[in-house]
Amino acid sequence: MVSKKVTVINEQGMHMRPAGDLAKAVKAHPDCEVTLNANGKTVKAKAPMQIMSACMKKGCEVEIVCDGADEQAVLDEIAAMFENGFGE
Amino acid sequence: MKKYQGKGVYGAVAIGKISLFKKNDTEVKRVHTEDIEGEKKRYEEAKSLAMQQLQEIYDKALKEVGNAHAAIFEIHQMMLDDDDYNDSVYNIIETQSINAEYAVAVTADNFAEMFSAMEDEYMKARAADVRDISNRLISNLLGNFTEKTNSDEKVVICASDLVPSETVSLDKDKVMAFVTAHGSSNSHTAILARNMNIPAIIGAGEDFLNGIKSGDEVIVDGYTGEIFVDPDEETRKRLIEKQRDDEEKKRLLEELKGKENVTLDGHKINVYANIGSVSDIGKVLVNDAGGIGLFRSEFLYLENSDYPTEEQQFSAYKKVLESMAGKKVIIRTLDIGADKKVDYFNLKPEENPALGYRAIRICLTRPEIFKTQLKALYRASVFGNLGIMFPMITSVSELEKILEICDAVKSELKSQDILYSESVELGIMIETPAAAVISDKLAPMVDFFSVGTNDLTQYTLACDRQNPDIEQFVNTHHEAVLRLIEMSAENAHKYGAWVGICGELGADTTLTETFLRMGIDELSVSPAFVLKVREAIRKTDLSKKQ
Repeated sequence: MVSKKVTVINEQGMHMRPAGDLAKAVKAHPDCEVTLNANGKTVKAKAPMQIMSACMKKGCEVEIVCDGADEQAVLDEIAAMFENGFGE
Repeated sequence: MKKYQGKGVYGAVAIGKISLFKKNDTEVKRVHTEDIEGEKKRYEEAKSLAMQQLQEIYDKALKEVGNAHAAIFEIHQMMLDDDDYNDSVYNIIETQSINAEYAVAVTADNFAEMFSAMEDEYMKARAADVRDISNRLISNLLGNFTEKTNSDEKVVICASDLVPSETVSLDKDKVMAFVTAHGSSNSHTAILARNMNIPAIIGAGEDFLNGIKSGDEVIVDGYTGEIFVDPDEETRKRLIEKQRDDEEKKRLLEELKGKENVTLDGHKINVYANIGSVSDIGKVLVNDAGGIGLFRSEFLYLENSDYPTEEQQFSAYKKVLESMAGKKVIIRTLDIGADKKVDYFNLKPEENPALGYRAIRICLTRPEIFKTQLKALYRASVFGNLGIMFPMITSVSELEKILEICDAVKSELKSQDILYSESVELGIMIETPAAAVISDKLAPMVDFFSVGTNDLTQYTLACDRQNPDIEQFVNTHHEAVLRLIEMSAENAHKYGAWVGICGELGADTTLTETFLRMGIDELSVSPAFVLKVREAIRKTDLSKKQ
């Protein structure tokens, strides 16, 4: 299991669009479980509505936890998505 | 007539008949089933049909409202693909052995509630999206999905609420306005309505919905959020006029936005706006004015119970300059006195206030007030393109004193290492006959003249403009006034100054050509007249003989 802390930089926070993109990326790795810890909540990152339920606004600190196959590579990929604001 | 109040989310006026928008009956019954796999398959089919429908709506929205707002339907597709949502539906079908419709309805409630409970306004509004996709799924399952309005004439759509897909699916050619009893201005419906240029009012309330029926006559004012059902003659007349003005303005904007104010023969002129407070800046921008030709600084004094501080003034001036983003902003120094009274100035009652202790006369006898204002203006000057204008000038010696004070203020700022712009233009109002007559002496001392036609007319014709009994004697086109303006313009140009008009006469389009022939370089009018004056300029041809 590996983890990394990142910060949400998107103006509108983790709204539907970035949440959808994130879920899509996570689903591409079915053998690695990705969870997010934010605002005192733990959510699975494979479903956009669940990601949104953690209500991550701009500036929110998020811990990404990856557990399973290729966990380091998956972690790097997801962290990079946060860091470049999901291309917004 | 019945009147209702909601919140306007797109400004425009519509007059027509109500069409009550009723949703298809999506009452969901709980039905026990043994064929769990069959129900799952029905759900799969309803979902893939929904995906396909959303793709079509997305394509339609893309054409009608553009990428940014069509994206919501892409997001709806993402929601339909959400594992949690789908797992929940399958779970309910399996564990409770019930029909897919019911499983979707329960899932929809759970997810919508989750969003509604969130504190963030954006997230709260997503509850409507969950309901939208869920209703679509249920309608598909029930096999009764239709999205057409069935009316032949244009109507005002009234509904409890409209979900985004309903808003876009409506036939735009047949909808003249939206009114919903609920909804938020953050909702996609509000955003889409704005993009479709359809007047829209939200939050009209349950009473409104209960008080109307299809076919009722209605007037919708998206500017004020007012809805008049079965309007009386007076209201109808007033709003028809408002609608006409509004359409005329929009037509002009469409035609003139971004275009130069140039006559048919290629003569360019600036059209600026006159405003009286910081809150008017929006009107300047909406009417596409080239700058602010007269910013009356009195509001700072009138709104206060004591002399406004340098900081207060500085922040107001800075805000105006920044909002205008490099466009010209001409601020007139205080013009208190005459009809504008302020208690803390302790001005004595006067026999003849229009000819009394006012404007620059106060500034020159109480220089501490004047210096505070000038310091604030110069400090703000680095945030934009500032001009400073002095009112009620009658002599060269007044202007000399003013310029001395300006220099003193600048040296003071310099000694304190406070930045100011070196390119601030200084000008005077030509609003006394004296100033016009000696304009050849005044012009070399300043960068510009601005003719204040209201006072110039009252002083030239010796007619009190407040007295209704002598209105018949006030000829605003009086040759004496026009000659004074022409004389000022000639002298300004002779000595390298530019000349504008900031009085009401500037907005009189029957005189636009006369002013252009005099060589007037700028017309500054109230924001509502900017477009009309611009249109008049573009129709003028100075190469033709008069």
